[in-house]
Amino acid sequence: MTIIKLLSKDTGSNITLGLLALVTILVPACNLLLPETSIFHVSSYTMALLGKYLCYALLAISVDLIWGYMGILSLGHGAFFALGGYAMGMYLMRQIGSRGVYGNPLLPDFMVFLNWEQLPWFWHGFQWFWFAMLMVVLIPALLALVFGWLAFRSRVTGVYLSIMTQALTYALLLAFFRNEMGFGGNNGLTDFKDILGFSLQSDATRAGLFIASGLALGLGYLSCLYITRSRLGKVCTAIRDQEDRTRFIGYRVENVKLWIFTFSAILAGIAGALYVPQVGIINPNEFSPLGSIEIVIWVAVGGRATLYGAVAGALMVNYSKSYLTAAMPDAWLFALGALFVLVTLLLPRGVTGLLRKKEHVI
Amino acid sequence: MKTKILAAMLGCALSIGSVLGGQAMAAETIKVGVLHSLSGTMAISETTLKDTMLMLIEEQNKKGGLLGKQLEAVVIDPASDWPLFAEKARELIEKKHVASVFGCWTSVSRKSVLPVFEELNSLLFYPVQYEGEESSKNVFYTGAAPNQQAIPAVDYLMNDMNVKRWVLAGTDYVYPRTTNKILAAYLKSKGVADADIMINYTPFGHSDWQSIVSDIKKFGTEGKKTAVVSTINGDANVPFYKELGNQGISSDTIPVVAFSVGEEELSGIDTKPLVGHLAAWNYFMSVDSEANDAFIESWQKFIKSDKRVTNDPMEAHYIGFNMWIKAVEKAGTTDSDAVQKAIIGVTVPNLSGGYSAMMPNHHITKPVLIGEIQEDGQFEIVWQTAGKVAGDAWSDYLEGSKDLISDWRSPLSCGNFNVKTGSCSGNK
Amino acid sequence: MHIFLRVLHFKLFIPALLLTLFFSQSAFCLQTEKETQFTEGIGHLLHGNFKEKALATKQVADSGDSRAKSILQAMLEGKLYRVKKDDTLVYAEIKSAQAKISSALTGEQLGFVKKRKLKKITINNKLRSSLKASLARIDLASPSSTTRLQAVNKLIKNLTPRDSLLLAELLQKETDNKVRKALATATAIAKLKTDDTTQILAAISDLSGNLNPAVRNELMTLLGKSKDDAVRAKAESALASIASSISFYGFIEKLFFGLSLGSVLVLAAIGLAITFGVIGVINMAHGELIMLGAYTTYVIQQLLPNSIGIALILSIPAAFIVSGVTGIIIERSVIRFLYGRPLETLLATFGISLILQQTVRSIFSPLNRSVATPSWMSGSIQINPILSLTTNRITILIFSMLVFAGLYLLLRKSSIGLQVRAVSQNRAMARAMGVKAARVDALTFGLGSGIAGIAGVALAQLTNVGPNLGQAYIIDSFMVVVFGGVGNLWGTLIGGLTLGVANKFIEPWAGAVLAKILILVFIILFIQKRPQGLFPQKGRAAE
Repeated sequence: MTIIKLLSKDTGSNITLGLLALVTILVPACNLLLPETSIFHVSSYTMALLGKYLCYALLAISVDLIWGYMGILSLGHGAFFALGGYAMGMYLMRQIGSRGVYGNPLLPDFMVFLNWEQLPWFWHGFQWFWFAMLMVVLIPALLALVFGWLAFRSRVTGVYLSIMTQALTYALLLAFFRNEMGFGGNNGLTDFKDILGFSLQSDATRAGLFIASGLALGLGYLSCLYITRSRLGKVCTAIRDQEDRTRFIGYRVENVKLWIFTFSAILAGIAGALYVPQVGIINPNEFSPLGSIEIVIWVAVGGRATLYGAVAGALMVNYSKSYLTAAMPDAWLFALGALFVLVTLLLPRGVTGLLRKKEHVI
Repeated sequence: MKTKILAAMLGCALSIGSVLGGQAMAAETIKVGVLHSLSGTMAISETTLKDTMLMLIEEQNKKGGLLGKQLEAVVIDPASDWPLFAEKARELIEKKHVASVFGCWTSVSRKSVLPVFEELNSLLFYPVQYEGEESSKNVFYTGAAPNQQAIPAVDYLMNDMNVKRWVLAGTDYVYPRTTNKILAAYLKSKGVADADIMINYTPFGHSDWQSIVSDIKKFGTEGKKTAVVSTINGDANVPFYKELGNQGISSDTIPVVAFSVGEEELSGIDTKPLVGHLAAWNYFMSVDSEANDAFIESWQKFIKSDKRVTNDPMEAHYIGFNMWIKAVEKAGTTDSDAVQKAIIGVTVPNLSGGYSAMMPNHHITKPVLIGEIQEDGQFEIVWQTAGKVAGDAWSDYLEGSKDLISDWRSPLSCGNFNVKTGSCSGNK
Repeated sequence: MHIFLRVLHFKLFIPALLLTLFFSQSAFCLQTEKETQFTEGIGHLLHGNFKEKALATKQVADSGDSRAKSILQAMLEGKLYRVKKDDTLVYAEIKSAQAKISSALTGEQLGFVKKRKLKKITINNKLRSSLKASLARIDLASPSSTTRLQAVNKLIKNLTPRDSLLLAELLQKETDNKVRKALATATAIAKLKTDDTTQILAAISDLSGNLNPAVRNELMTLLGKSKDDAVRAKAESALASIASSISFYGFIEKLFFGLSLGSVLVLAAIGLAITFGVIGVINMAHGELIMLGAYTTYVIQQLLPNSIGIALILSIPAAFIVSGVTGIIIERSVIRFLYGRPLETLLATFGISLILQQTVRSIFSPLNRSVATPSWMSGSIQINPILSLTTNRITILIFSMLVFAGLYLLLRKSSIGLQVRAVSQNRAMARAMGVKAARVDALTFGLGSGIAGIAGVALAQLTNVGPNLGQAYIIDSFMVVVFGGVGNLWGTLIGGLTLGVANKFIEPWAGAVLAKILILVFIILFIQKRPQGLFPQKGRAAE
């Protein structure tokens, strides 16, 4: 009931969710059911690629929720994404069990070969799927909660906050690079075998993960939509536009910010967790500050403050990245750079803003 | 209006689908994938290898191609982004239908693509020295394993230069960690005390070496002859050597032997303060052989500059590519399984005047050379192994791997066979 | 008569002849022995392997031949070659494919030959140190006092008890104070190695407070092997005083390292402090402007390959102009449309940074470029045997302070500086007073960018010149500016230096990586406590 109410009068969201549902059903079906010779067959490569895009789209929504609707520009959202990814990666590592190259039933390969004696305490529990999933949610949430509590309470705002989030992800990047941390250092976690007993190499598992990503994106989209339409969402927009006035009216601005920020971090963590089994590796580079800026760029390109804009932006930028790296490897940075400059200069409301403007005129 | 947006979005989605899905295989050529980063942090090293592959393929085509067909290079840029390596590898194999792939530089990129090659049963030739501890059915390691670089270098320092104290300095990632672990174990087995080994790790791109070099200096003035074994990676080397020079550490007081500094890296360094420091490789541009002269000449002609240098990973690609050609000719097909079977035992000339052979563990035999840096950025070869050294996938000096062997010939056909338990764990 | 005379003459002549013959023969004998040693040595140099070459250098050095020194010197410098065809030993100056050669034995000029016709007489490290030792022995008698000092210092490293006599002899003849001091140290160390307890005790007193590392090592060995309690006690107290000096100078050294790291941070951040602090623009392309400065240094050095020092000094204004003009272009074409939207500026400039990086990569290739260091910037200043400060770091520290002072004066004392401050503090009011805000914005941005270019010149002396140079410094620069307080140059200076020093004091016990992480965490926490940084901006613009 609420869903219908949410979606009424929101063409963009209707289309996005409609297409999403279509893709979530059709792509796995075309991959699994149609023979490879059929022109409608979707290759595993394409499915994995699209699955990755769906995770990125969820990540983009999480950034859009706090930036587009609340004016907090996080340049460190990659950190939450990566933490979710690491939690999932640790589960997948534990699932390898004695099938690693050294055949050690407990220790992952990288620990054996760096002479670790025993499993570090923080690796315990990750053999259970439910525990790992709990961590996927809890770890990013906890970090966001602590960081947000400190930052929002002392009213760090604007560019300062952006730079602090950047420092946060940079510190984590350096920390995860350290081999002493016990997360595989630069190589990260890789060579996963299976998830919940299903082989990650099989198309059926991939299709399952694809559907899961589609569902996660759909649910994430709806929940963000719900938040932005609720009273809370109105307060968020008020904070974005006039933080001080909102505070004077009597809203606890820092609390609102904190909860939304934490929720956004959880979404990013879930996106990361779904991303890892589909690409097969998680390593510290996901923490890189440049990566986090890229996420913001997706949202800006698509159009901030509209959820479907964030989704569209993530898809467009990543698709052009995939395409350009193959088509003109020497020049794709030029194209990407120019895209960012032009969009911010000429399309402040993003690409979807173009469509909306016309809609307004008509 | 709704329909308009819908149409636009559908059109967009369809065009994505068609580009991603289409592209039939072009007939009459054999495609060779080149998977080296052309942008991002690794572009500095990998771009040269891409050009090397293009040159080798061009030359092979001039000789009449392979199996009567022309070779076609498919170049893709994984942009120094490790998950992207896996995605691009899948694209090369599944969509471009390449017969084999030559690529990767860092260990993490190889680890990232490894499952893809195993799943799709394709071939990867990996041209860079690495930490060992791996042997995959689908990967051929044409660079040096630790026993083909690190251990001979330490032997040289110990025996010929009477080094008694050791600084093992490296960038904090898997290759230095493993190499230093192996070296520390090896040194201890030779009777070096713990107090005479100093191990230091720094982050990638570390640029402020003041304190560390000062520590090395202090460590080195405590009476015994000291040497630095450097596994410092890429960008961090320039400031490291500059600081050494400025703090007055020269090659005759504390020599540095590096495993990641080659001709190409030296071309970006002012070499004056470096003269006399050492490097251990399996090939130097200064090697005196006809094959090498011809290789250098065709490389400089191809790249249209007589200033460009050649280096060890280029030789590895040279060897790997020729091995693949020979194996495909032997098998009469580019089919992965047939080539895997055919390539073991294949012997091709290397650039240092000898021959390299593909071993059953998918590593190759190579001579080990030690060179001293000269002022012109070249290496003067001061020592080399008497014969060739076969690459060892599993180190004898590490606890977890000393019982493991790798042999991809049937009936064993296993990358990590434990001789103690008599079982093959992991990949088969 | 005539005949008689002739006979007499003849009679006298023969013994004279014999005598002369005899003498010349014996002299000749000695001569030939040395000569043969020399020629034999030369022969081995031409064709021997490294082991034979090592022997050969000894032979050549001991032959006392006047040509020995220059030959060994040339060998050390890699200028000694042999002509492949006829095995003449020559000095060669290589100029691209041609070489100008002259005979090493006769000094005869042999004109130009093709480089390929020559083969270098190569050396390895072992040979290099034995060459240096041979040359040092020759140098002990050198007329130059610095050469003698170096020779003595080399000798200190491997003394034997017997050397004390030789040293005493040298000490008597020596007039130069520094050399005398070194010789005295050497004599005392040589005495430490004797078995005579009184001599040892005297030597320990002589050596107390001496910071030469050889002294410490010798005292340690003495402590290890001596059974005499008096000697042990004295050695221990001498070592303790040395240890306290070492820790004191270690502190000074760390402080210097910290200041020098800090000065690099200040240099990299100060341009950002202007663009970010004064006009509120987050310039993600700041790192790339630094990179442009570094590449400018490289290009100018390519244009003036023979005068590196002048090229370096010329690069400072050149880099300022290149980066400054690029900055102004960026400001005029992109940023001015985005004022008041700091977050969008961030995105647009990030796009610009990608473009700049790829441009440089296309023009100069992704490979690092080599920038040479002029001789006056290499090496170090030796304060005492355990403390030396590297010249390039000192130069950069001073340079960074000069840039800071210049910038500070410009902003405080000039009319354009006044306008910049006016616009940054209250834009509307400044415009009302007739300040052309748009022009000031462009100039300020150009100034900040130009300073980034100058930072690039300095960084080119320390690290790689490559397309990724900028990325390595951008986050650190942001941290410095935010920590110091936006819009406050003093803040940037103090902030940068503090962070540098803190980093260097944490590094020894935490390691380089952890030190950096701790600093970042500290800044994050610090900003929560003081959101405006160390030195908050005052006035209306603050909110």
